[in-house]
Amino acid sequence: MTDIVATPSPLGFRRVDVTSATARARIRARYRKEARFKAYGIGALLLTTVFLVILIADILHRGLPAFWHHSLVLDVPVDRELVAPGGKADAATIRNADYFPLTRAALEVAIPGIKNRNAQKQLTRLLSSSAADDLRDRLLENPNLIGTTVKTKLLLAADADLYFKDKPTTIMTREMRGTATPNATAGEVTVLTSANDFADEIVFIKQRLARRADRLTAEADRLSLFAGESVAGRVKELRVEAEALRKRAEIPKVEESLDNRMPSLLVAINGGLIKITKLSDVSATGDTLLPLRSSAEAKPGTWKLVTYETPESNRKVSDQEIAFLERFRELGVAERSFNWRFLTAGDSRDPELAGIRGALVGSALTLFITLILCLPIGVMAAIYLEEFAPQNRWTDLIEVNINNLAAVPSIVFGLLGLAVFLNFFGLPRSAPLVGGITLALLVLPTIIIAARAALKAVPPSIKEAALGVGASHQQAIFHHVLPLAMPGVMTGAIIGMAHALGETAPLLMIGMIAFIVDVPHGFTDAATVLPVQIYLWSDLPEAAFKAKTAAAIIVLLMFLFLMNGTAIWLRKKFERRW
Amino acid sequence: MNEHTVKSYEEELALLDKKIAQMGGLAEQLLGQSLGALERRDPKLAEEVVLSDRAIDQLEREIEEQVISMVARRQPMADDLRHIMGALRITTDLERIGDLAKNIAKRALAIADESHPKPLMSGIRHMVELALHQLKEVLDAYAERDADKALSVWRNDAQIDAMYNSLFRELLTYMMEDPRNIGISTHLLFGAKNIERVGDHTTNIAETVHFLVRGFNIADDRPKDDQTSSTLISGG
Amino acid sequence: MDAMVDVHSQSGLAIDKPKVVARDVNVYYGDKRALNDVSVVVPDRGVMSFIGPSGCGKSTFLRCINRMNDTIPSCRVTGKISIDSQDIYDPSLDVVQLRARVGMVFQKPNPFPKSIFENVAYGPRIHGLCHSKADLEEVVQHSLEKAGLWKEVRDRIADSGTGLSGGQQQRLCIARAIAVNPEVILMDEPCSALDPIATARIEELIDELRQNYCIIIVTHSMQQAARVSQRTAFFHLGNLVEEGNTADIFTNPKEKRTQDYITGRFG
Repeated sequence: MTDIVATPSPLGFRRVDVTSATARARIRARYRKEARFKAYGIGALLLTTVFLVILIADILHRGLPAFWHHSLVLDVPVDRELVAPGGKADAATIRNADYFPLTRAALEVAIPGIKNRNAQKQLTRLLSSSAADDLRDRLLENPNLIGTTVKTKLLLAADADLYFKDKPTTIMTREMRGTATPNATAGEVTVLTSANDFADEIVFIKQRLARRADRLTAEADRLSLFAGESVAGRVKELRVEAEALRKRAEIPKVEESLDNRMPSLLVAINGGLIKITKLSDVSATGDTLLPLRSSAEAKPGTWKLVTYETPESNRKVSDQEIAFLERFRELGVAERSFNWRFLTAGDSRDPELAGIRGALVGSALTLFITLILCLPIGVMAAIYLEEFAPQNRWTDLIEVNINNLAAVPSIVFGLLGLAVFLNFFGLPRSAPLVGGITLALLVLPTIIIAARAALKAVPPSIKEAALGVGASHQQAIFHHVLPLAMPGVMTGAIIGMAHALGETAPLLMIGMIAFIVDVPHGFTDAATVLPVQIYLWSDLPEAAFKAKTAAAIIVLLMFLFLMNGTAIWLRKKFERRW
Repeated sequence: MNEHTVKSYEEELALLDKKIAQMGGLAEQLLGQSLGALERRDPKLAEEVVLSDRAIDQLEREIEEQVISMVARRQPMADDLRHIMGALRITTDLERIGDLAKNIAKRALAIADESHPKPLMSGIRHMVELALHQLKEVLDAYAERDADKALSVWRNDAQIDAMYNSLFRELLTYMMEDPRNIGISTHLLFGAKNIERVGDHTTNIAETVHFLVRGFNIADDRPKDDQTSSTLISGG
Repeated sequence: MDAMVDVHSQSGLAIDKPKVVARDVNVYYGDKRALNDVSVVVPDRGVMSFIGPSGCGKSTFLRCINRMNDTIPSCRVTGKISIDSQDIYDPSLDVVQLRARVGMVFQKPNPFPKSIFENVAYGPRIHGLCHSKADLEEVVQHSLEKAGLWKEVRDRIADSGTGLSGGQQQRLCIARAIAVNPEVILMDEPCSALDPIATARIEELIDELRQNYCIIIVTHSMQQAARVSQRTAFFHLGNLVEEGNTADIFTNPKEKRTQDYITGRFG
């Protein structure tokens, strides 16, 4: 004890100072630093969460409307002669009958008196081409209904459906003060009013004209900054137009004619609707959109001036269509219901008929192939590389290459699939089989790397214990190490499968971009997958496809959650603490 | 010889040796004092002897305690084990030597006033000197860990035995000559016996030292030359 | 047919029931030599302990006896080790069978993360030692009884082996090792992770087992080696320095290095 001389530490009597002011300041600085660091962490988390929330909210906002659609619930007289001519009421006849006349008749019953051919076309085009499918299915089920009047749902076409969802224009109505007298019930009608009801409108119109003139002048001024022949010509045109407009605007109240660049003005009188084409302060002249019941005079308060705020040129639905749809809404036959079609139908050119089922089944089939290929192969490869392979240059080379493969752009795998599977082996294009194999190659490196890490993480004491009892290397691995590595392997599988679910590029290369209508039934049927479907729909011009694209994204996310949820459940089940 | 990694162990062993040396020194001193008591018949010397003996007893207790504590705590092995167990045995022997020396001194006092036959006294003195020499030698052997020295001490015990034998006969003869000599002779006899016992204990210590150093006991039988148990004096 | 196997121990004592005989065993890890020309004879039906400072090669040598060093790629073993006169490094010998004959208990208890029953039953099952379920259950019970664990676990034999205490886990590992009826049991510091009570129970177990098995135990505790074994070998820097009866080694070792080690004089 005395041999180890108490050599004083080089610090002497200096100890960690805890009491002086500098010490306290130091401690405070340290606390502040820690608090700052924590704040950064929380800030980062919040930022991520905010982005995530915004993303999801946006997708939901855009996509949820696609899960609902509108139909008209009308009484359809099922004419025996049209559906089952000659008394033949067998399934084939019913299925192949032309239901268009039936639906047209039902529409005419709902809104009678439409004589104009153009208007009639617009009316019938409000319904989807497959509007009568429901009716047909019911007749197939119950042929006794033929000859009766069946109340059935008729699906609206995409634009009409969108009208109810998106309201492309605000509709304002104003009750009029005067007594109005129409001069006809259909065709071109002039309504005279006893009061200066339209005066205000004329003023508004003039104001709009002036504003438009100003805009044109501004445009001309802007263009005049550029030199050039064609530009000079255009400038001149604009100035002329602006002049004309200004002139019109400055002329005091006289008749004005409306064009479709201005908000639409209509008169609702006696149960009909007249679109105004010429307006003076006491009279309005226009075309009948909806026929009037009578040409009797309408008392003040019983007739209205309707404005469609958005000019017709700025919207997809015409005034006539809006008239029809609003009438349907008033009649109470426009019904909103859940769009099961979206989940049960395949793709279609008509937006209202397009469904995700084909892509869903295609994705499921493709991923199934991917899973049954890459999971066993990946795990076995990992086991071999980790446990049985000799440690030499070759295995090092393989290991490096596997790590590199995990980073290869996915489109390269698509090229590989195209060259080898389609061209060399001649497998069917667009088939889930080929897609599955290609994706399996893509995902394989991920699974191998994850499985190897999981195997490495199992403590060697377990393997030694097994060997010590006299298990062969293989028995030790498969009976003991692999079960314990399962959670890690499952994690790798989750990551891989999620990756594969969202892959688009390689599948494009092997042709899964085709427009596939039928739902695939086998692994060699042509198919498409969810991400590709989303890509295709996002490219289409119809407005309704925007909502459908977002809705497909929602379905994709749900699919992903379901897949991951299953895998996590499985992993929990197999997890064994060692 | 390397030192123990735990220094306190080394120090405890050194302390043990020091105490044994102390005890040995006291025993030597006692023995010398008893000799002095025999010669000079000094009662004060006798008192000192008693005090010294108490000191020896105290040391024996201390050493015993230390040995027990070390066995429990250090779990000694090999030479350390032999060292510590040897110390325990030696301390017992030294304590006995102390007691015997004290006894000799007491007997010396008892015969203080009487006259002592010179040849007998010289015999006794010679024996004590020899015993003292043996004790000193064996204590040196312990301190130096010299097994050969211990072995020679072990052998030399025969001398003491031989001296005791002759003293025994002489005293018997002396007692037979004159019954008035019986008193003093008896004391001298017991005294001589005690010295012989001291020699035996010293031989014990020598055996212990040998075992301590060599790791095995002395192979031969101890030379036991004490024939007094079979000595018969025929009359006349 | 084996050549004359020298069954004299290094100290010259003839061993009457030699079980494991090692001659000039060298072990290399890559270029580094871990064991130098180790020759030792281990008697049957008794306990031999290997002692020595860390890194002296005693565990390495132990692992040679059941060829666990084969699992380390850079490890190379030369020399001869025979069990019952059969060279265990003979290329025609099946390592897996060897490990059934030579059981091992490790320093840190490592029961399989399965039920207690499965832990013990695994060995007999993979070696096909039992013919029926009843047979297997009997073997498991017998092994657990021999390991002194049966009474404690009989009511929860389906519970996980990892839920037991450290001492119980180690006894489970011993039960697992003896379930395949080995001839030799190797123990690599079996009590170093256990408390004194558990240690005492394991030592008691070793005392009972040594009547039927050849047991080799590597230990850091000299007191344990002194208590438990009949023969002891001291390793230092890859050499077998001294070997002999336990009583002799611990009271009167011949080599100074041995003495310095067991008395705590190693610097």
